[in-house]
Amino acid sequence: MSGNGSNGTGFIGASLKRKEDARFLTGRGRYTDDINLPGQLYAHLLRSTVAHANLGSVDTSAAEAAPGVQAVFTGPDMEDVGGIPTGWLIHSKDGSPMVEPKHPAMAIGKVRHVGEIVAIVVAETRDQAREAAALIDIDYQELPAAASLEAARADGAPLVWDEAAGNLCYDWEVGDRAAAEAAIDGAAHTVSIDVVNQRLVPNAIEPRAAIGNFDPTTGEYTLYTTSQNPHLIRLLLGAFVLGLPEHKLRIVAPDVGGGFGSKIPHYAEEAILTWTAGRLARPVKWTSDRSEAFVSDTQGRDHISTATLGFDEDGRFVGLKVSTQANLGAYLSTFATCVPTYLYGILFAGPYTTPAIYCEVEGVFTNTVPVDALRGAGRPEATYLLERLVDKAAAATGIDRVDIRRRNFIREFPYQTPVALQYDQGDYDATLDLALEASDWDGFEARRNEAASRGKLRGIGISTFIEACGIAPSAVVGSLGARAGLYEVGSVRVHPTGSVSVFTGTHSHGQGHETTFAQIVAETLGVDFEAVDVVHGDTNAIPFGMGTYGSRSLAVGGTAIYNAVQKVIAKGRKIAAHLLEASEEDIEFADGNFTVAGTDRSKSIGEVALTAYVPHNYPEGLEPGLEETAFYDPLNFTFPAGTHVAEVEVDPETGEVELVAVTGADDVGRIINPMIVNGQLHGGLAHGIGQALLEHCEYDDEGQLVTGSYMNYTMPRAGDLPNFNINHNTTHCTHNPLGVKGVGEVGSIGVPPAVINAVVDALSPLGVTHMEMPATSERVWQAIQAAQAQD
Amino acid sequence: MDDFQYHAPSSVDGVLSALRGADDGKVLAGGMSLLPVMKLAMAAPSDLVSLRNVPGLSDIEDHGHCLKIGACCTHAQVAASSVVRERIPALAAMAGRIGDPQVRNRGTIGGSVAHNDPAADYPAACVGLGATIITDRRKISSDDFFGSMFETPLEDDELVTAVCFPIVDGAAYAKFENPASKYAVAGVMVARDSDGVRVAVTGAGAGVFRVAEMEAALADDFSADAVAGISVSSDGLLSDNVAGAEYRAHLVTVMAKRAVEACG
Amino acid sequence: MPAVTMTVNGVSRSADVEGRTLLVDFLREKLQLTGTHVGCDTSQCGACVVHMNGQSVKSCTCLAVDADGADVTTIEGLANGADLHPMQKAFREHHGLQCGFCTPGMVMSAIDLVNRNPSPSEGEVRHWLDGNFCRCTGYHNIVKAVMAGADAMGGGS
Repeated sequence: MSGNGSNGTGFIGASLKRKEDARFLTGRGRYTDDINLPGQLYAHLLRSTVAHANLGSVDTSAAEAAPGVQAVFTGPDMEDVGGIPTGWLIHSKDGSPMVEPKHPAMAIGKVRHVGEIVAIVVAETRDQAREAAALIDIDYQELPAAASLEAARADGAPLVWDEAAGNLCYDWEVGDRAAAEAAIDGAAHTVSIDVVNQRLVPNAIEPRAAIGNFDPTTGEYTLYTTSQNPHLIRLLLGAFVLGLPEHKLRIVAPDVGGGFGSKIPHYAEEAILTWTAGRLARPVKWTSDRSEAFVSDTQGRDHISTATLGFDEDGRFVGLKVSTQANLGAYLSTFATCVPTYLYGILFAGPYTTPAIYCEVEGVFTNTVPVDALRGAGRPEATYLLERLVDKAAAATGIDRVDIRRRNFIREFPYQTPVALQYDQGDYDATLDLALEASDWDGFEARRNEAASRGKLRGIGISTFIEACGIAPSAVVGSLGARAGLYEVGSVRVHPTGSVSVFTGTHSHGQGHETTFAQIVAETLGVDFEAVDVVHGDTNAIPFGMGTYGSRSLAVGGTAIYNAVQKVIAKGRKIAAHLLEASEEDIEFADGNFTVAGTDRSKSIGEVALTAYVPHNYPEGLEPGLEETAFYDPLNFTFPAGTHVAEVEVDPETGEVELVAVTGADDVGRIINPMIVNGQLHGGLAHGIGQALLEHCEYDDEGQLVTGSYMNYTMPRAGDLPNFNINHNTTHCTHNPLGVKGVGEVGSIGVPPAVINAVVDALSPLGVTHMEMPATSERVWQAIQAAQAQD
Repeated sequence: MDDFQYHAPSSVDGVLSALRGADDGKVLAGGMSLLPVMKLAMAAPSDLVSLRNVPGLSDIEDHGHCLKIGACCTHAQVAASSVVRERIPALAAMAGRIGDPQVRNRGTIGGSVAHNDPAADYPAACVGLGATIITDRRKISSDDFFGSMFETPLEDDELVTAVCFPIVDGAAYAKFENPASKYAVAGVMVARDSDGVRVAVTGAGAGVFRVAEMEAALADDFSADAVAGISVSSDGLLSDNVAGAEYRAHLVTVMAKRAVEACG
Repeated sequence: MPAVTMTVNGVSRSADVEGRTLLVDFLREKLQLTGTHVGCDTSQCGACVVHMNGQSVKSCTCLAVDADGADVTTIEGLANGADLHPMQKAFREHHGLQCGFCTPGMVMSAIDLVNRNPSPSEGEVRHWLDGNFCRCTGYHNIVKAVMAGADAMGGGS
C-alpha cells in the first residue's frame, strides 16, 4: 500500500475469516421475515392471474367481512400517491424522451402482467389474509397480450400502453453509425450473428419481504425491507411516491439473503406496505413465497440482437454494428431503462481496439414481469454477443481463436473507446496467458481424443472480456439521464477507547462488507481488526448512501470509508501534535501511532481518541470527538477484465452437456480479502453457467409464466458444477486510492460465452456453428440431429 | 394451505374408518407429493389420515421368491437396505436416485405408488419388475394398477400396505432426469427373468407404459443393440419446456439401451 | 386445535397448532427459532432443512402434528455454547457461506451426509446437495467445507 497512506499492519490482502459468519452459522441472522413487531398484522397481496385485461369491478366486500380482516385496499385507494418512479431517463435517437407511463402501486383500470398487484388484504394472521383474498371477485376483461419481444414489435401488436406506439419505450443509440457502417462496408471480411440473450429469474434464495410500521406519536414511518440500497428506497419512496420527508421515513434493510440485482428496485410492495401501515397505524408484514417471487421479482436479460463485425485480412476488427431489442416488461422498474443502454451499448469495445462501433437498442414494453438489473446487468449481454461474434470471426478466417483475440487487444492506456468509456488500466495479454496456462489450453487435443474414446464430444471455449464497474461518476451518469448521483458515503467513528464503528451507505447481502471494510479500516487506522465493526442497512444509523450494485461497494463505498479514515488521521494529527508539543507537519502516522518524525515520541490512535472525547488538554479551536464522514464520487468507472475458459463434454446420444472444467484468470484490481474475492468469483461463475446451460424464464403467448417454480426453472445445483480454477493477475485501478475494481459480477459476465463457445467447439466436427442459451440437452440433441440431416 | 382435520390412527382399520368418515380424505405418508400440491392450493382435502402411528408398515421382508416392502418404507430405507441391495440391486439404486436426500428421507414407496405421478420412478420399477401392489383388501398387479397420470384402481377408502417385488435374474433402471425437478423425463426399468423381459417407461408418457417391441426383441437377444433400432412413437408422449415429445421418444430408446447394458 | 409436543434442541416444547401448521412455521413462529428459513414452496431449495429423529428433512414439507413426539434439531441446536459444531466451523473456515440464508439448511444437510457416510468423495457431496440451493457461492466452497467438516467430525457424530 505504498503511496496510499497504508500502515502495513497486514490486514489488506489477508483471507481473514468473516465477521458475519458467527450469526449466520448459528441461526442468528436477522432477515426481514425473522422480525416481528408488536401488534403486527399480515398482508396478502392479490395478484393478477392474467397478463393483460381491463379491470372491471373489483368486489372486496366478502373479503372485508372475512374473519380477522382489518382492511382491504385496491388501486384507486392509493390513486393520490405518486407512481413508482424510474431512475434513469433515456432519450431516443431523435432526442425525444422515453415513454414513461405512470406506474401505480396497485393496478388501476388495467392489469399489464401476471403478478401485478390488484389488492392488499390485511388480517390478523397470514392465513386469514390469504383466505380473505380468495373471496375478492375481480372482473378481468381480458385483452390480447404482447408476451414477447417478437409479439410486441409485430404489426398490429396489442399495446401495453396506449401512449407507446409499437410498444416502444425508446429507440436509443450510441456510437457513430456512419463510421461503423462504412468500416463494415469496406472490410475485407464480415461475420454476422443473431443471438437471443434469454430472460432469467434472479432467484435470491431469500424471498422478498417487507414490514411497514407507523408511529402516530412521532409521525415516523419505518419500513423493513429486503433491499440492496435502503437510502435509495427512502429517496424514491419518500420523495416520489408517498411524499414523506426523510426525517419521518426510516428504511431498514437488515440481513438480506442475496440480491443479484433483484433487490435494487423500489418495489410497489414497499410503498403499499408503508402506506397501509400508516392507514392502520399498526405494523403490517408481507413475505413473498417463491411462486409469488417468480411473478413479482424483477427479471433479467431478455434481448434479441443482430450484429455484424468487419475485419481486415489480418483479422483486425475495423467496425462493429449491433441492433438490439430489449424487453423491459410491463412497467419501468428502477434501473430498467439504463441496463440495456448505458450498461450495455458502451461495453462493445470489449478488450479490443475496434475503431468504429455503433449500437442501437429498442426498449420494448411487453405484458411480462418488469425487467431490471441481474448480476452483470447489460454487461453479460454485451460480452456474450461480442465473444460469440469473435469466435465466428475466427471460424470464418481460420485464424486461431486465441490469436484473433490477441491481435485485437488494447495495449495502450488510458484508452478511449468509440462508445464513451475511457479505460484507465489493464493487461489483457497477462490474463489471457495465465488462463491458457492454467487451463492447459495447449493440451486440449489429447483430452478431446480421450473423451472421444469414451464416446463423448469434448470442446473448449474462451472469452476475453472487460466490464465497467464501480458505478459511477455522478456528473457523467447525470449527463446520460441518471436521476441520482452515484457517489457513496462512509463514516468512521473512533470511540473514546479506540474501538471503531464504520458506517457505510452500501449494503452487504453476502459480499462480506463487515469483514472487508473492517480490514481496510484496521489497516489504514492501525487498529485491531476485532476493534472495528461495520454498520449498514439502516437509514437512521447511516448518513446517506446509494447502496450495493454494479460491483461498486468496494471501489466507491470502500473509497469513501478510506477517505473518512484519512480525515480521522488528519484530525488525529492535530491532536497528537498538541499532546506531543510538536508541529503538525512533523507528525507521522503509521501502525496506529502518531509519531514526531525522527523521535520515539508518539501517541497511539487510542490515546488520541480518548483525548478527543476528554479534551482537557486539547488544541484550541478544534472540535472534540473523532468521527468523520466522506462522500466519494468516483472519477471514472473501474474496468475489471479477464479471460475465462470452459471445457465441456457432450453426450451425443442425449445431448447432455457436462461442464468439466472452468478456468478464470481475472484482474479485479487490488484484492483486500482473497477468500472473499474468490467466493464472489465462484458465485458469479455459477450464475453465468446457469445462464449458459440451465436457466430460462419462459412465457406462453398469453403471457403466463411457464417456468414459475423450481419444478421447471432449473437452478444450478452443486452437481451441475465443477470446481473452479481461479487465477489472478492484478493491475491497480488508477483513480481510486485503494486500486480496487470490483468482482461481484465478473463470473456472470465472462463465462457464458466461454461455455457456449465450448459447446459449439464440441459440436463443430458435426457441422454445428450456433447454439442458443441455455444449451439444454434437448437443444443440443436437436442441433446434432439438424447437422446430421444436412450431411 | 387450507386447514383440514388431522387423524393419526394406530391401526390400518383406524385409517380406513377415518377415510370413510371424511368428505374428501387423503392418506398422508411421507407427504412429499401431497403437501406440496396442498401448499400450492392444487389440492384441499377435508381430512388427512397420517400413517405415522400405524405399526408394521415399514418392514422389508424377504419371502424367497419376492421382497415385500412395507408401504411406509422410505426411499432412503429401500436404497440403504442390505436385503434390497443384494436381492434386487436395481430397485435400491432406483430408490437412491429419487428426488434429493430429504425427499428420500420422508417419501415412501406406498405414497409414490398411490400417487402415480407420471414422472415418478417407482411406477417404472413396479411395472418393470412385475411387482404386486398389496392393499388392505386385495392384491393388484402393477400392470393393472398404474393407469394414466394420477389414476389408480384404489378405492377412496383403500390403503396400500405393501409392494411385493419378484426376484428377477437381472434388472437395471436408467433415468434421464428433469434438471429442475429431478423427476424422470424418461426413466426405463428393464428386467430379465425366466418368464421373459419387461421394459417399463416412466416420465415420457401420461403414465408408466411397457414397450412390447423392446421386450420381444430383448427376449430374443438381450443386448443394447437389440433395442437400439426400436423407437416408441412420440404420439401421446408428454411435451414441456424441458423436453418435447420427439426428444422424449428418443430418450426412451437411449435409456432402454443403457438399462440393458447395466443389466450386464 | 391439536397440541403437539416435541423435543427441539434437547428441550421439550409444546404448543397448540392447526393441522396445517408446517414444522417450519412451528419452529419459526411458535418457538421463535428463526434460523430455519423458507426459500421455496415446492420442497426443493432446502433452506428449511432440520433433523428429525436424526435424519435431515425439509421442515416446509412436514406437518408439525406429524412431528409430534419427534426429536428435532435445528441450526440453533448445533453449537455447544460458543463452541461451534465442526461442520459450522468448517463452513466458516472455508467460506462456505455468503448471504447466509441457505446456510442453516446446508449445514444440517451436510451433517446428515457425514453421519451416513463419514468420508464422502467430492462427487458424493455434490450429489447429496441436490436438495440444497445456494445462489451465492457456486457451491465450490460449500463442497470444500463439507469435506473438511467430515474430516473434523472424525467419522460421523
